[in-house]
Parts: sequence; structure tokens; C-alpha cells
Amino acid sequence: MGVWNFRSGTLAMSGSPQDLGAQLDRRDLAWFVDKAVQALVFLGGVSAIVFILGIFVFITKEGFGFIAGRFDIVEFFGSTRWRPTSEQPTYGALALIVGTASVTGLAMLVAVPFSLGAAIYIGEFAQGRTREVLKILVELLAAIPSVVWGFIGLSIMNPLIIRLFDVPVGLNVLNSGFILGLMAAPIMTTIAEDSLKAVPDTYREAAEALGATRWQVIRRVVIPAARNGLVAAVLLGVGRGFGETMAVLMASGHSINLPTSVFDSVRALTATIAAELGETAVGSEHYRALFTLGIFLFVVTFIINLTADLVIRGIRKK
Amino acid sequence: MASAGPARAIVTRKLNLWYGTFQALFDVDLAVRAGIITSMIGPSGCGKSTFLRSINRINERLGYVRTTGSIEVMERDVYAPEVELLQVRKLVGMVFQRPNPLPLSIRDNILFGHRLHRGSQKVTRSREDEILESALTQVLLWDTVKDHLDRPAVDLSLEEQQKLCIARLLPVKPTVLLMDEPCSALDPKGTEAVEELIWELRGDYTILIVTHNMAQARRASEECIFMLLGRVIEHTATEDMFVAPVRQETADYIEGRYG
Repeated sequence: MGVWNFRSGTLAMSGSPQDLGAQLDRRDLAWFVDKAVQALVFLGGVSAIVFILGIFVFITKEGFGFIAGRFDIVEFFGSTRWRPTSEQPTYGALALIVGTASVTGLAMLVAVPFSLGAAIYIGEFAQGRTREVLKILVELLAAIPSVVWGFIGLSIMNPLIIRLFDVPVGLNVLNSGFILGLMAAPIMTTIAEDSLKAVPDTYREAAEALGATRWQVIRRVVIPAARNGLVAAVLLGVGRGFGETMAVLMASGHSINLPTSVFDSVRALTATIAAELGETAVGSEHYRALFTLGIFLFVVTFIINLTADLVIRGIRKK
Repeated sequence: MASAGPARAIVTRKLNLWYGTFQALFDVDLAVRAGIITSMIGPSGCGKSTFLRSINRINERLGYVRTTGSIEVMERDVYAPEVELLQVRKLVGMVFQRPNPLPLSIRDNILFGHRLHRGSQKVTRSREDEILESALTQVLLWDTVKDHLDRPAVDLSLEEQQKLCIARLLPVKPTVLLMDEPCSALDPKGTEAVEELIWELRGDYTILIVTHNMAQARRASEECIFMLLGRVIEHTATEDMFVAPVRQETADYIEGRYG
């Protein structure tokens, strides 16, 4: 309506002052679009919080009936007898917890060297097209459905373990840990590679100019500088292992057992819930006990993810 | 050190350099005298930094750099096939435009190069402390940092960081120091302090310093090289260049007619 003249500092008017004043409360389409988009984005952001709280409230409500009533903390964490359908049901989750922990532990033994090695290769050594192709392949690997991994455990790893180690059953800690390790490795690789990439190139240049070899640069400069991101990658892998259900159900043998070697079959917390929940009456003691396992899993994965998140934030602050 | 070695620390012959298809250096023939400070001036993009970065072959990190001709450092061609890159880097230290301390403590920064090159040889803590003190004393930083050697080096001021970056080269015992606009990130006071330090180091090291700042070249160097569009235009004693330049381009640049 007016053109501001910078030199003289005056507004060149194209209408009377009254006309211009009357325009000040005008709202055009862009104003409404802006408001609408703001509201939508707000809804999207808040829904994440609403859902996670909703899930927490739901499983707590379902599990709480058990915790308040039949629940015996010594039995739950100290006994290996998980017999919810027996005449006198017992709910000892120790074997399940140890099962999950042993499978996840072995998975990390497999995944950590694999994923860190892959991340270092992709981030520090691979050049140009090799690097791009590898990154895409790793991301594709992360997208393989877990039931497919379980199938590989069942149909390939199982006979292979029986033949290689001469054991009666190939569905055990070794099988499921290995499968889970391969499953967790891609996401760990991606996060680890991101944290290596975040290390400023001036560090590498400085070290190389001092006469460091490629490996010395990586070991003494890049890895220490990316340490937080690497720890976070491992923690997220652990969280992934803890929560994985289908592949573990298919490859672990699913028998309640305190494992004494990697060739023992075990049963995981997640697999127990998946296998039994459909068989229980809604609201029954067994049903609620399974939800208590769910609360336990939720709390553990929450703590692991939160730690990973805090560790990642630690990097940004620096 | 300088008296025992050759009179020329760096000699290049017909040095041409390409970044991909872009030619950045054209037939550069230079002989840099040992034990003095030589400055390189010229407008942005004239190839000063490129030349500097090809001497310790740090340019090769880019992967698409091609060179022809030769660069001799202490009478050895550093581009010869049998030459070990790490030994080149040991002989030729480099200071960068922005101070780039490693994300380690002050102590670990100073000892970084030394630890790389001593191999499996055991060095006692007290020997390390001596190296540390001597390096930091030489760059006039010892009194400032001696009480917090375990603090991260990045917490220092930019001036102190740049001094630290010079100090960490010394335990490696280089012969040549390349400095790529070492004061451009510093304030005038820091510039003065670092210049003074560079001046102190001359004689023990052959120093080749790239600068945008002509006053700095004039104050802080004994010989001066003027480059333009990838070619060496003039190389004389600094006082001659600034008082009586031979070439017209040099005179134009020094008088600020371009650049």
C-alpha cells in the first residue's frame, strides 16, 4: 500500500491514511493456512506423548491387578518356575529374564564388532560409490522383517548348528543370539556411522599432518571423539535385542530353562507374552501376570533408550 | 641444524597441480632457503595454500589431486615412489589456518605426534614431562598452562590453541614448518604474539608461511614469494619486494590495486 523510502525515511502513500489504517486487521488466506498447519503440527507432536503415556497406563492397569494381588517379588525374580496353567500356578520369571539377557548378551557379542567394523569401514575407508551402495544395503538389511530372520534361524541355522557342533537341538542361545546380533547390527551400524561422520574432518587432518597412519587416526582421534555416539549405538542395539520377539521365539527353542551353555534352549520374556497371551482369558491372573512381564520389559527398554538418548545429547553439548 | 644441512630446504621443479580438471599450479620453480622465514603472498585462489599443502602431501587427502614435476625437501623428492608418507609428515610439520587442537587434553595434544613416532620404545613419564615442558616453553605457553595440563585443549583461547598447535609439532622434530595463514583466526594481540613466536623459531626451522596480510609478510619474513593465478611472479628478499618490486604485478598487488 505504501513504499518505504530508505533515503528520506518516509512512506510514500498510495491511499489516504484512513484507508491504510483500515487494512491493519486484514487476514488473508496465508494467515488461516498458517494457523491450520500450526494446529496440525501441534497435534502430531503431542500425540507421540499421549500414545506413550496411554500405552504405559494401559499395561500398568492390566498388570497392576497382579502386582497388587498374587505377585510375590521373591518368586518373580528368584524362581525359574513359570507355570501359569498349573493347578497351583507359579510365576517365577527368572528363567525368562536370564533367557532374554543371555540371548541379548550373545547378540551384542556378535553385533558390536560387526557393526563397529562396518561403521568404521563405511565412514572412514569406503569412498564414493562403494560407500553409498554400502549405506543403502545396510539400511535395507535393517528393513528385513523379524519373522524372516526367525525363519532363517529355524531352517538354516538350526540344522547347521546340529551338524557343526553335534548337539541334539539347534534352537538355542547360540542360534537366537546370532540371529538377533545380525538383526541389531544394521541400526547400530547406521548410528555408529553417523557419530563417526560427526567428527570434524579438521581432527583427522591435524592427526594426519602429524604423521598418523589411517588406523592411528581412527583409534586415537576419531573413536575417542565419537565415543558417546558409539556407546549410544550399542545401547540402542541392546534395547532392540531386549524387545525383539518373533525371531527369538522361533530360534531360541522356547523352553523354560536356566542356560548353562550356548547350546541350551531358552525362553525370552517377549516370546512368552507373544505365545501365551492369546491363550489366556482377559482379566485372568495369567493374563495379568503376562502384563507384569510387559511392565518389566517396558521399564528396562525405557531405561536403556533413555540412557542412550542422554548419551547422544551429551555429544551435542560438547 | 640449518648450518649442517643443505642451503635449500625446499626445491620444486616444474610443479604442476590439478584439482580434477582445474589446474591450480603452473610450472612452479622455487627454492626456499633453509633456516629462514619465507612468506608467500598473493590474492585469494592464487595457489599459495595449494603449494604449501602439496609439500607435506596433505593435499592427497582430497583424492582427486594430480601433480607433475618434483618437490624436494632436504634434497629428497617427497613424491618419489619409495618415499613413506609418514616420514614426510614427520620431516615437515604443518600449522593450519584455524587452530585445530585434537579433542584431547593439553598434555595429550603435545605428546600426540611424539607418541606416534616413537614406536614400541618405552618412554618414562618424567621423560614425557620434559618433552611437554620444553615444547610448551618454546611457544611461550608453559607458564599459562602448566597447572592444568589435563584440561581439554579446546578450552584454551584461539591464540593459545594456535601456539599449542605449533608446540605439538616440536617433539616430532621436523625440519620444515609450513604455516597456512596461522594468524587469520586471531585478533591483533594474538596475531602479534604468534608472529613473535614464529620469529623466535627461525634458525632452528625452515619456515614457509602463507599470509593474506602484507604487513605481516613484511614484518615477519626474510624472503617473500608473490604468486598470482598459480604462477610464481617474484621471489626476493622481503625488503626488496616491498621497497622495489621488479614486476609490475607485484607492485600492483602490494599497492593494493587488486587482490
